[in-house]
Amino acid sequence: MHARRRRAFPYLIVVPFAIILAFPFVWMAITSLKSNADVYNSAKTWSFHPTLASYGYLFHNTGYLRWLKNSSFVGLLVVLITLAVALPAGYALARLAGRVGRGLGVGIFLTYLVPPTLLFLPLSRVVAQYLHLSDRLWALVVIYPSFTIPFAVWLLMGFFKAIPQELEDAALIDGCSRFGALVRVVFPISIPGILTVVIFTFSLVINEFVYAITFISSSTNRTLAVGVPTDLIRGDEYNWPGIMAAILVVSVPLALVYNAFLNRFIAGFTGGAFR
Amino acid sequence: MVTMAARGSRLKGLRYAAEGRGFLATLLISPAVLFIAALVGAPLALAVYLSFTDATAGSLTGKWIGLGNFRTELHDPVFRGALWHTFLLTAISQAIVVVCAGLLAHGLMRSFRGRWILRFLILLPWAAPIALTVTGWYWIYGAGIPEASVLNWFLIHLHLESATNVTNWLGTPRAAMGSIIAVQAWRTIPFATVIFLAGISSIPQEVDDAAAIDGATGLKKFWYVSLPLQLPIALVAVLFGVIFTATDMIVPYVLTNGGPFNSTQVLTTWAFQIGIVSGNVGQGAAIALFMLPLLALVTIGMLVFARKAEVT
Repeated sequence: MHARRRRAFPYLIVVPFAIILAFPFVWMAITSLKSNADVYNSAKTWSFHPTLASYGYLFHNTGYLRWLKNSSFVGLLVVLITLAVALPAGYALARLAGRVGRGLGVGIFLTYLVPPTLLFLPLSRVVAQYLHLSDRLWALVVIYPSFTIPFAVWLLMGFFKAIPQELEDAALIDGCSRFGALVRVVFPISIPGILTVVIFTFSLVINEFVYAITFISSSTNRTLAVGVPTDLIRGDEYNWPGIMAAILVVSVPLALVYNAFLNRFIAGFTGGAFR
Repeated sequence: MVTMAARGSRLKGLRYAAEGRGFLATLLISPAVLFIAALVGAPLALAVYLSFTDATAGSLTGKWIGLGNFRTELHDPVFRGALWHTFLLTAISQAIVVVCAGLLAHGLMRSFRGRWILRFLILLPWAAPIALTVTGWYWIYGAGIPEASVLNWFLIHLHLESATNVTNWLGTPRAAMGSIIAVQAWRTIPFATVIFLAGISSIPQEVDDAAAIDGATGLKKFWYVSLPLQLPIALVAVLFGVIFTATDMIVPYVLTNGGPFNSTQVLTTWAFQIGIVSGNVGQGAAIALFMLPLLALVTIGMLVFARKAEVT
């Protein structure tokens, strides 16, 4: 009796939560399969003729594909910049700089906590007047590393700390230079960690809203995060099935990848501070 | 011959310097530090400067007006409301998060059949881009037409409200605040859960065994052994949640944009309204700066707890 209750315990707690937390996605999926005419019909809340028309509408009648392309473009470049800057810094902070490095690592991480909502006003002036990048995607490429780098440095620091120093020492004894040891020994084993950083950096970029809505003014240059909640909702005609499709098409694949890398993310995230 | 040897040793010297730990570390770290100084440090300083000026859109400088912006804001009932709503929203949503994530983490602790899929479902709100999912919530709340809200469909069919008098989730002050709190809690619960889980699994098995030998079981063990050990890492998760929620703009912006009648106005939406929409950059910067004390407090808390976590 006792054992059975113990075994049922996880289900009793976890299943109700899972239903509540995932329900919005279920409702989005259902709505996306309706025709626009059925959406407001309460008699057809659950029973209706499913159609994929909204997905066709989304790809052919809205700026969705364009926004998807914009987001990917910004995401890709920001990931590259972030890796170029954060890989060496994360490694150095984990290995070379000792106690000072620890303080510096925490310092860099804390800048991640300075929110875009605090910086967007001064940055909007800087982007417009000094960089002359108003309404250009390049503005986002330049500004986004300000929050992806601190985050990535922290994660990478955690990953590099988990790689034993002895491995590198062995490479040094075998005649590698310190840099050679880095490239030939350390980076190859850190590839899963680096991939984790790539995915979470990309996801941060897809998520960003405040800078994107402040710096970008024309519909064709929007990113997904701004295009969907503003252009699709404040357009002339609402197409709720189409909007729900727009959310799901991006969210579901991203969530699957995110889930696959979650354990590594946690290890890096907590490893930086708690090891 | 001599010059060759000299060059050789100079090269060796250079190489030695380049391989030196201090030099190499500086070289590797400085790009990150420079980038952050330029894109976080400088704008932050600029934000502080702007808040003391009457700068408007189209100019980066304005007349120095001292504490004028802050004085104006503190006398503005909308701003005071925004300050209060930010606090309320953060406190309530994060309290909900702590309770739910604590329960969930304990539920997910041991492996059981179907754990993978359940964890995936629970993670969805955090893994999907919030800017998009909040748009889904806007529709769930009826998108301005209460009769279209699926929540009202449930409430009507559970006989909790009548079909003629349905809740206007985003159109009445109290319900709108509740709606925003629910979404903020919804999206933070997964994050807190996985961090709590990491905290639980970081407790060595030996501690568990020792507690068992000493006769600690159930609630007692949780209160005296597991909880104190998990606390530092859990608190870091909570502090993160507080920052994410207090400084977030997307959820209130999409759901209500501060309405109805400024009843859900928060610091971020108000700073955007004044600074970008109305173009009073200096004034907007002053509003946003009210987030700084909170950030400072959380930062100190985080440093203290991170140190504690290291000790244990």
